[in-house]
Amino acid sequence: MKVSVLVFPGSNCDQDCRHVCEKVFGCSVEMVWHRETKLPPTDLVVIPGGFSYGDYLRAGAIARFAPIMAAVQEHAENGGLVFGICNGFQILLEAGMLPGAMRMNKDRRFICKDIHLKVENHESAFSSAIPEGKTLKVPIAHHEGNWVASEETYQRVIDQGQILFRYATAEGELTPESNPNGSMGNVAGLINSQGNVLGMMPHPERASETELGITDGSYIFESILQNFNQRASSIVS
Amino acid sequence: MTYSMSDITPAYAEALESHGLTQDEGLRILNILERKPLPLEVGLFSAMWSEHCSYKSSRIHLGKLPTEGPQVAIGPGENAGAVKLNNGILAVFKMESHNHPSYIEPFQGAATGVGGILRDVFTMGARPIANLNSIRFGSTEHPKTPHLLLGVVGGIAFYGNCMGVPTVAGETEFHAGYDDNILVNAMTVGIAKEDGIFLGAAEGIGNPVFYVGSRTGRDGIHGATMASASFDDEAEAKRPTVQVGDPFTEKKLLEACLELFKEDVVVGIQDMGAAGLTSSTFEMADRAGKGIRIDLEQVPMREEGMVPYELMLSESQERMLVVARKGSEASLQRIFEKWDLACAQIGEVTDSGRVELFWHGDQVANVPVHKLATGAPKYDRPTRPRPTTHPIPELLPAAPDDPGAMLHSILSNPIAGSRSPVYEQYDHMVQVRTMVRPGGGAAVLRVPEAEGMISVASECAHRACILDPREGARRTVADAARKISATGALPLAITDCLNFGNPEVPEVMWEFVEAIEGLKEGCLALNTPVVSGNVSFYNETRDQSIPPSPTIGMVGWMDNEIQPVPGFVREDGLELWLVKGAEPSLDGSLWQQYFCGTVGGELSKMDFEIESRIQSFARTLAKKKLVAAARNLGSGGLAVSLAKMLFNGEKLMGLKCGSFSSEDGTRRYFGEAPSSMILASAAGHRAEIIALAKEANVELQALGQTGGQEFNLGDIHLDINRLYGAWKAALNPLMGISNDC
Repeated sequence: MKVSVLVFPGSNCDQDCRHVCEKVFGCSVEMVWHRETKLPPTDLVVIPGGFSYGDYLRAGAIARFAPIMAAVQEHAENGGLVFGICNGFQILLEAGMLPGAMRMNKDRRFICKDIHLKVENHESAFSSAIPEGKTLKVPIAHHEGNWVASEETYQRVIDQGQILFRYATAEGELTPESNPNGSMGNVAGLINSQGNVLGMMPHPERASETELGITDGSYIFESILQNFNQRASSIVS
Repeated sequence: MTYSMSDITPAYAEALESHGLTQDEGLRILNILERKPLPLEVGLFSAMWSEHCSYKSSRIHLGKLPTEGPQVAIGPGENAGAVKLNNGILAVFKMESHNHPSYIEPFQGAATGVGGILRDVFTMGARPIANLNSIRFGSTEHPKTPHLLLGVVGGIAFYGNCMGVPTVAGETEFHAGYDDNILVNAMTVGIAKEDGIFLGAAEGIGNPVFYVGSRTGRDGIHGATMASASFDDEAEAKRPTVQVGDPFTEKKLLEACLELFKEDVVVGIQDMGAAGLTSSTFEMADRAGKGIRIDLEQVPMREEGMVPYELMLSESQERMLVVARKGSEASLQRIFEKWDLACAQIGEVTDSGRVELFWHGDQVANVPVHKLATGAPKYDRPTRPRPTTHPIPELLPAAPDDPGAMLHSILSNPIAGSRSPVYEQYDHMVQVRTMVRPGGGAAVLRVPEAEGMISVASECAHRACILDPREGARRTVADAARKISATGALPLAITDCLNFGNPEVPEVMWEFVEAIEGLKEGCLALNTPVVSGNVSFYNETRDQSIPPSPTIGMVGWMDNEIQPVPGFVREDGLELWLVKGAEPSLDGSLWQQYFCGTVGGELSKMDFEIESRIQSFARTLAKKKLVAAARNLGSGGLAVSLAKMLFNGEKLMGLKCGSFSSEDGTRRYFGEAPSSMILASAAGHRAEIIALAKEANVELQALGQTGGQEFNLGDIHLDINRLYGAWKAALNPLMGISNDC
């Protein structure tokens, strides 16, 4: 599988995403500089975490205008997979590729810790390998992850099965205490209506190796690979 | 021509005073220059001869510290020191203070402290992989403490998180001795290839000198001089001397520099830290024994109308001085353009041995390099010992009298409560290296480049230092090493950050000299030489000096054969062991500080032979995969350390230590015992552990088992959920966090 990892000058999880895609999941990875206007041949675009252009304004507000973003839009419109993690999610929201917007965490502080995710949709290209009933333990690390949308949009994303992950207790219960940042409906990650673009605040790339003592993030990468391989084999046959 | 005091005119005397220079120093300047200095030159002398830049009060003592060993790749004197790991990979590290700015403006002060130490490390050619810090605040009751704590933690998070460097370990401490002068010590660890190290020497006559990074503004002018004076009631007015941080620019500067190092461009490089363009120019020229000529109008400026004095003394952040190989100018320009950073040739290396500064063709300064840099004045300041035996304080009337209530009370107080509200604001996982996270002592990071892991910790035994600075410094080294050995790693070397009061006070100077002796003894005994460091004097407000606070950062190493040992237990039915070092004592303990309101008594001298044996034993157990958790028996003694060992943040369990004898009560529960550790192991390993202890000549005591929902230690019987809840929420009120989430 060919992966393009975008690199903004303030990206800081780009090498982590490269490492995990390459070393853990055996993909071939190209790093794509923000000033490029074309993507190399790509099956998956990863928009990594970090502070794209410093994010002194609103996270991702400037990055959406980066030269490379038009190519990412086009890739998505053609059905290609796009995966935004943390700052990548914020950028996808600002670019209008995912619904809703991000606000500062409810207690206005950066939070870095493990949280649990209830998986709401096991059908998507990003979640099909996650066992039913399994909650995922994955770390978060952000200052601006308090997702919000209009009631109408919120209802629509529910109806269309776009919510993939919600913050929950280890047992999968949705409680205010298990919502670290105040996100509407405990939303931690969602897909677009076509199902080929995912944005999530937690960092699955930090939770994909036994050496680090936390591995649930690998279900997401495995889902992506499984679906890609299935699609590839169906095209061949 | 020789000048005398009578040549110091009233106008000159006034200039000297406003620059923090003494009349003796003023006379020295006249004799060096053989003329009256130009106004800018007074500024240069003031910055370079400030305590902060010149180490004039400490230099003669710093030479006593051990700095050599087969593991040392680069010792003190460069921007950072380095130790050898494996595969030709070095760990490059240094710790630095940013105390004064952080008290004046906690957020920016702490942020730029982190920015500064990061630059010191990546200027060497290393990629930073971990940040640590040691932060000390006044009493938890002091009205300014919450504001300072929130600001400092927020500033450290703001800078480190954006840089993508995980903040993995540290200390957050409270003591009334820091009420009016907090300590913010920041450390960075980077990795570099042995043959990819860059030093800060301006070699090669005729080589171009480049300025890269952020543009120069009017911020932080005379920061180094400010940091070399005591505070008075006017501290607020010094706010403009604090720099403002821009971590996004620094992130670009980091990547641009690392890209630059891959090309054959850089001859020498140094960050513009304290005293900005002045110190970088003089230090680079001094290391090479050369001169530098600068055309100041070429310096990229943030605003119009700046003058040479401001350009030389601004402490604007995120800037570097690069001496490039002649002919490589285009590569340099290309890389900095890619990263949208300022880049300008401002001068060249000369053979004059002088720094010559020009402003639109006019010479505005011409001074000899060496006399301002390593040839700066050195003072052997007088010392006067103070007693190391102190009255033993009485229990406060409000103190509870049973050990269970005491444990609950101390754990619910910010003095011993959970630091998670602090370290959860720091991204401690970025770079996917963190194997042992903050909260348990030393952190462990994988370094696949070297096929192993580093273990890192920062430490200052400040309560012990109050009683006896030499013994306190010894314990500081021992504690840090013990934390690292507990994870399974071998301690390699330290960086020091020596925070003291006014060196012109003989008792303070004595504290400093004693602490140096203590560090020396500790470093020699544990084979952890000093590879880099920093001295921060004048931590004094209204004639009140801070407690002597020699802080260190330590780096240890283990190979991939070892499974790093965490500081937390996660399973029921584990056996708990006390590895007995010295006898526990309440003198200088956290218990005494909290329940008596102050510390007193006398410290016994810790035994480094026992210390080495215990640490080696801990590493053996880790290597043989016999322990599930290991922890230094630290502040608060056995009861507090055992409780913290249970608080893993996930699965809560109690312990049953029935065999614990409560005879001699409080001292057994809360006394602090140098060299001691607690271990947890699976029941099946019992015989092997006992045999290994015997072989290692280490005294071991079985304490009991983990499990149940009660904390049962001798006469202490507490519900573990309540105890955990109280500990977890202890810092919340100070940090403005509501307790319901």
